[in-house]
Amino acid sequence: MLRYLEISWLMIRNSLIREMSFKGNFLLWITVDLLWFVGQLVFIEVLFESVDHIADWSKWEVILLFGTHQIIAQIFQAFFYINIANLPELVRTGRLDLMLVLPIDAQFAVSSRQFGPDNLINALLGACVVGFSLAQLHASPGPAAWILYAMAILFGVTVHYAIMFTFAVASFWIMRAQGLIYGYFHLFNLARYPAGIFPGVLRILLSSLIPVLLVTNVPARALARSAQTPWEGLLALGGATVFVVLASRLLWRRALRRYSSASS
Amino acid sequence: MRPAKYLKVFEIGLQNTFVYRWNFLLRSVLGMVPLLGMLFLWGAIFEGRTTRISGYDESGMIFYFLMTLLIDNWVAPTEDEWQIAAEIREGRMSALLTKPLHYLSYRLSLYSGYRLLYVAVTAIPLGLLLYCLRADVRLPESGLTWLVFCVSLAMAGLIQFLLAYCVAMLAFWFLEISTLIWILFTLKHFLSGMVFPLDLLPTHLQRLVFWSPFPYEVFFPAQIFLERLEGRALWAGLAAQAAWLGISWLMATALFARGIRRYQAVGG
Repeated sequence: MLRYLEISWLMIRNSLIREMSFKGNFLLWITVDLLWFVGQLVFIEVLFESVDHIADWSKWEVILLFGTHQIIAQIFQAFFYINIANLPELVRTGRLDLMLVLPIDAQFAVSSRQFGPDNLINALLGACVVGFSLAQLHASPGPAAWILYAMAILFGVTVHYAIMFTFAVASFWIMRAQGLIYGYFHLFNLARYPAGIFPGVLRILLSSLIPVLLVTNVPARALARSAQTPWEGLLALGGATVFVVLASRLLWRRALRRYSSASS
Repeated sequence: MRPAKYLKVFEIGLQNTFVYRWNFLLRSVLGMVPLLGMLFLWGAIFEGRTTRISGYDESGMIFYFLMTLLIDNWVAPTEDEWQIAAEIREGRMSALLTKPLHYLSYRLSLYSGYRLLYVAVTAIPLGLLLYCLRADVRLPESGLTWLVFCVSLAMAGLIQFLLAYCVAMLAFWFLEISTLIWILFTLKHFLSGMVFPLDLLPTHLQRLVFWSPFPYEVFFPAQIFLERLEGRALWAGLAAQAAWLGISWLMATALFARGIRRYQAVGG
C-alpha cells in the first residue's frame, strides 16, 4: 500500500514538473475551464429568469449543485481522465505491454500515469461557488454535514472513475473506443441536473446501473438541506460505488485475458 | 482544377469512417444524451406553466433543441482540426505538398466525405428520435424557407469548418494547440445557441453575441427553419452569415500562406 502511495507521489511530482515547463499552456487550460464554468452560470441565470424552481430546487441550490459537479468533475479529471482516455490507444498500439510487465497492479499503472494540477485549481473555484451559494441560501451546515459532503465527493469521483474505466475497457473488444469515452462525458454531464427532472424509469436506471445522478445530487442535498436526514442518499451512493468498482475490476480482468498485444 | 481527384479524396474520407464503424455508431448514439438532458430540464421548467418564454412554448422549445442537435450533427467537423494540426506537427504534410493538391480543397473534400457518411449513418437513430418527438416537429410550410435554410445550413457548415481550419493552422507557430481548439469549442458551444436559445439573453448581450461568428454556426439556421425570422431580419442575417463565411475563408487562406513559409517538415 505504502509503495503505491510513493509511486503516486512520484507521478504527481513528475507531472507538476512537466506542467511547469509549459506555463503558458497551463494558464490556457485554466482559462478553458473558467470559460466553461462561467458559461454554465450564465445558463442557470437565463433559466431562472423564467422560473423560480426546477424540480423543487431553488436557484442557489441549483448553483450549489453545479459547483459540486465542478469539484467532482475536476478532481476526477486531475487524477484520472487523461489516463483513461489514453487506454484505447495503449491497447491499439500494443504499448500496454509495458504496463503489464511492471511489478505493480496493471490497472493502477494505466490509471495513474499523469496528473493535471490545473484541474485542482478549477476544483477550488467550484468550492468557492459552493461557499457563495451557501451564504445566499443562509445555510450553515455543521461539521457532520461537511464530513458527509467530503465523503460523498470521494464516492462520486470513484463512481466516475469506475464507469469511465469500464467504457475504456471496451477498447479490448472494439478498436478505437474513444467514441465511447467522449460519449461517457455526455452521461457524466447529466450529473449537473437535479435528479427530479428525469422521469421514473430513466431516473432509476441512472441511479443504479449507471449511477451518475447520485454522484452530485447526494452531496449537494446533504449540504443544502442539512436539516434533512442524508443517510438514505449516502447509503445508495455507497452501494453504487461498491457495485461499479467491482464490476469494472471484473471486466478489466476478463479484458486482460483477451489481450493479445499488437504488432511485434 | 480537376474535380475528379477531389472526388477520390472524398471517397477516402468515406472509407476512413467505415474502418471504425462501432466507434462511429456509439459516438453518434451517445451524442444524443445531452439533448435528453435538455428535454427533461425544459420539461421540468414548463411544468404547470401556461405562458411562453420569449415566444417559445414547451413544444417549440423541444423542437428548437432538436433542430440545433440536427444542424450541429450535420455540419460540425469531427476531428478535422486535430488531424490537420497533427499533419503539421509531425511533418506528414510534406507528402501532401508534393502532390498536385490544393491543401484547403483537399481538407474540404475529406470533411464533406465524412459529413455525408455521418448524416447517412446517423439518419437511423435521428429518425427514431424525430419519430418519438413527432408531435413537436413543425415543418415549415413555405418552400422558400426550405431553400433559404439549405443555403444557410451550407454556410454554417463552411464557417464551422473554416474556423476549425484556422485554429489548426496555428500549429505552424505553436507546438501544442489543443487548448486553442478547446477554447474555440467552448465559445461555439455556448454562443451558437446549443445550450439555450440566444434570444433568451438580455438584449444588450444578444447584440454583443451577434457580432461574433458563432450564432451563424447553429442558431441562425435553426431560427430560419423554425420560421422565427422574416423580412429584413432574415436577409440581414443571411448577409452577415455570408460576410462571416468570407472573413473566415480569407483568414484560412492567409494563415496557410504565412504558415507554410515557417513549415519545417519535422520528422521527415
